[in-house]
Amino acid sequence: MKWDEFFVFTGDPMLFAAMISIIVGAISIVVGLTYFKKWAYLWREWLTTVDHKKIGVMYILVALIMLFRGGVDALLMRGQTAMPENGLLNAQHYNEIFTTHGVIMILFMAMPFIIGLMNVIIPLQIGARDVAFPRLNSVSFWLFAAGAGLFNISFIIGGSPDAGWSAYFPLASLEFSPTVGNNYYALSLQIAGLGTLMTGINFVVTILKMRAPGMTWMKMPMFTWSVLITNVIIVFAFPVLTVALALMTMDRQFGTKFFAMQDGGMDMLWANLFWVWGHPEVYIVILPAFGIFSEIISTFARKNLYGYKSMVVSMVAISLLSFVVWAHHFYTMGHGVMVNSIFSISTMAIAVPTGVKIFNWLLTLHKGKISFTTPMLYSLAFIPIFTIGGVTGVMLAMASADYQYHNTMFLVAHFHYVLIPGTVFAVIAGFHFWFPKVFGFRLNEKLGKLGFWFITISFNVAFFPLFILGLNGMTRRMYTYSESTGYGPLNMLSFIGAVGLGIGFIILVYNIYWSIRYSPRDEDGDPWDARSLEWATHSPVPVYNFARVPKINELDAFWFAKKNNRMLSDDPYEPIHMPSNSGMPFLMSGAFFAAGFCAVFSWWIPAIIFTIAIFVFMALRSFEQDHGYYISVEEIERTERELGGDKK
Amino acid sequence: MKKKWLLLSAIFTIATVLAGCENRLMILDPKGPQAKTLSDTIILSIIVMAGILFVVYVLYAFMLVKYRASKMGDDYEPPHEHGSKTLEIIWTVIPIIIVVFLSVVTVQTTSEVESKPLGYEDQEPLVIYASSSNWKWHFSYPEEGIETVNYVNMPVDRPVEFRLYSYGPITSFWIPQLAGQKYAMSAHVTKINMAADVPGSFMGRNSNFNGQGYAQMEFEAQAMTPADYEEWVNDVKTTAPELSEAEFDELLETDFVGRQTYSSTHLEFSPAPEGQHHGAPVSDEEEMKTAPSSETDHFNHKDAEEAE
Repeated sequence: MKWDEFFVFTGDPMLFAAMISIIVGAISIVVGLTYFKKWAYLWREWLTTVDHKKIGVMYILVALIMLFRGGVDALLMRGQTAMPENGLLNAQHYNEIFTTHGVIMILFMAMPFIIGLMNVIIPLQIGARDVAFPRLNSVSFWLFAAGAGLFNISFIIGGSPDAGWSAYFPLASLEFSPTVGNNYYALSLQIAGLGTLMTGINFVVTILKMRAPGMTWMKMPMFTWSVLITNVIIVFAFPVLTVALALMTMDRQFGTKFFAMQDGGMDMLWANLFWVWGHPEVYIVILPAFGIFSEIISTFARKNLYGYKSMVVSMVAISLLSFVVWAHHFYTMGHGVMVNSIFSISTMAIAVPTGVKIFNWLLTLHKGKISFTTPMLYSLAFIPIFTIGGVTGVMLAMASADYQYHNTMFLVAHFHYVLIPGTVFAVIAGFHFWFPKVFGFRLNEKLGKLGFWFITISFNVAFFPLFILGLNGMTRRMYTYSESTGYGPLNMLSFIGAVGLGIGFIILVYNIYWSIRYSPRDEDGDPWDARSLEWATHSPVPVYNFARVPKINELDAFWFAKKNNRMLSDDPYEPIHMPSNSGMPFLMSGAFFAAGFCAVFSWWIPAIIFTIAIFVFMALRSFEQDHGYYISVEEIERTERELGGDKK
Repeated sequence: MKKKWLLLSAIFTIATVLAGCENRLMILDPKGPQAKTLSDTIILSIIVMAGILFVVYVLYAFMLVKYRASKMGDDYEPPHEHGSKTLEIIWTVIPIIIVVFLSVVTVQTTSEVESKPLGYEDQEPLVIYASSSNWKWHFSYPEEGIETVNYVNMPVDRPVEFRLYSYGPITSFWIPQLAGQKYAMSAHVTKINMAADVPGSFMGRNSNFNGQGYAQMEFEAQAMTPADYEEWVNDVKTTAPELSEAEFDELLETDFVGRQTYSSTHLEFSPAPEGQHHGAPVSDEEEMKTAPSSETDHFNHKDAEEAE
């Protein structure tokens, strides 16, 4: 391999600028940390932490950075297609960008944002002191970070994957995609996916075993329910991805023929494996969103969630159905009428539980007392916009009609209408809603609302035209089109919307900056007058979460305790057992990253050495004697006093 | 509220566009029975969905207008409600009825477009093999013994059966105004039935991303009167060159070409990968060369059998 193959020197000014900005960014971070003498702080407080709240914050930070990376990809794509025969990007560059846009937005933005929120909130919401396996949680995060890092450096070292986020074979095979791009795809998703699988196991155990005394199944907050179901889906779905990616690596780098065109391989096998994971993945990012909206809508309607039981039942139904619909992603593969009909019906069936949820949210608003805060605005905007995404989903589910929608802009419009008002609005709403819990002050409401209107209106301007373009026969993933097609004006409109979305996200980030500097800090632990247990403790939350473990006897116990002026627990303080920090997850993920990077370029000797290092870390861990530490009663008393007095 | 007006006007716009006569959207402007079935299905589903959206939006607007905190008075305390069995049954059963209705429509129309076009059941279809390589389409007419590249001519008022396969990545064969799309893959043959009701030139393209030249991978599908079609076939037979195996191999390697016309097909020396899956007699040597073993193919069993 030559140096000019290694670094992508294509003479493309945009790539060059990206490269320079990454290098400058990296250098300035290193210089800044050294200048302000923050290395020790960074290591002690963040890199080695096993505190679920800090891990959650790091997840969200990475997700925000990835949102901008994926967002720039999106702007470039919309910019390129804004005019017919536009020359902003060439075909190869465009292909890489839509591939990385998809992978980053789903796997390195939506998922970590959601996992970040659940890290911060779930232990608080169930009255626990941490997750079940704090050290494993740290491993999960650092594996995700290693995967994200590996995927992103592909842009400047070796070339990005260019076969679409679904990486269909044979296109993604060595024969048709000879750069290392798809090696990066397989290995970085593999590493991040391992982390996600561990998260899944961790949270299932946490929610099953660590709820506060008295919190039975039907007294769990809706977000906790949604996260439990999501993590069960993760545990069942991610092993499929692991296997598929392993086979992909074998095919591309070891000459096997699982998905090859000859020698008994089968390209359709990849499509099936990918979507057996890929469809449940959609619900992994949407179900927690439903949970977040449920919390926010009932908080700001000042009313308990309507139809709690049917909300739970419908989520369970959705999770089961999510595993039996995967073939609707390729009705056009020629399965015949029978198979297509079965998958059509199972897909449309999902509309029923989803509809139940929509009506339950509407009825939660009924007779409520609705206040229009920023998180509530996002949750309210979600209902009508997501319903458009939902009903177009039913249209796409009809196999016959899908022969005309498949691979068109109609499909692109549909899934953005589901994922943006669903997942993205939910994580932004959750971010505004829970921000004061973590940092002790609220984000500015004025800027929050301004950002909301920019994002919501621009979203519709950007994506509604795509429905029409799809019905007019415009297919997705085309880097250019001729003027005679007449697709120009609507694409330009869509580009304008994309720019507006970009501005909205910049306002969001500016709001974080503004609020850190100027927002009043005098909040108590419960600024929204909310309902669930996370609001029962101080903001910012002390490391042990709750000085006394709360006792639960009903749904929304905190709300009723407030109303009736009751304490959730009046036990005396006891020493609290906490897990100790460890640098091992960070270092082990470094070894994962290095092994993955070497494997991408088929440098097997160093890859094997780094893999051995991974096993050495695991062995060290098994022989380690670490029983954690205790926080003494005096220290609890001191902390509670400093945070403004005893909390119920 | 701004947002809702925007949505409403957007819906109004799409309704106008759908109903408008000039400049109709391609998919809703069918020129053959299969595309007509699909267009009708799509319009029907849009109407049903508009109804659902209407119900949700009315309820939504009602809740937001009536129960805002600013209207409710400071001492208003919302009631504690668990839910209502009756309401829950209503909003479960009605969607189920809608889904059942749409399922019936789906099964019916899917089987309709997967078989010979309505009204053409008694005619023998014209078989055309369409195969993709890199960023071009090869059309072989086994009946006539001719082959074209990047354009396809067919007679009107006669069912046409396209048999699809690929010399590389998965592609999707699509002539929106005549029929829905289907994948072309390397290991076996898939099928599309269609017919054109009126003469005309229609856009055809690959709609499944397959690499660098994907955006340009279009072809023209021209439906002509039977007489014109006969004339064209005879023309090709007498004037176009034959396609040799060496020439074809070279053609496969090429990224892009313009239109080509030949007076023989590649099927003679490079047959389509059909019949190799389902126990059809094939020599071992050939099976080794092109096809995966028959046991692995669970899909398309019926289709391929019909194709034989």
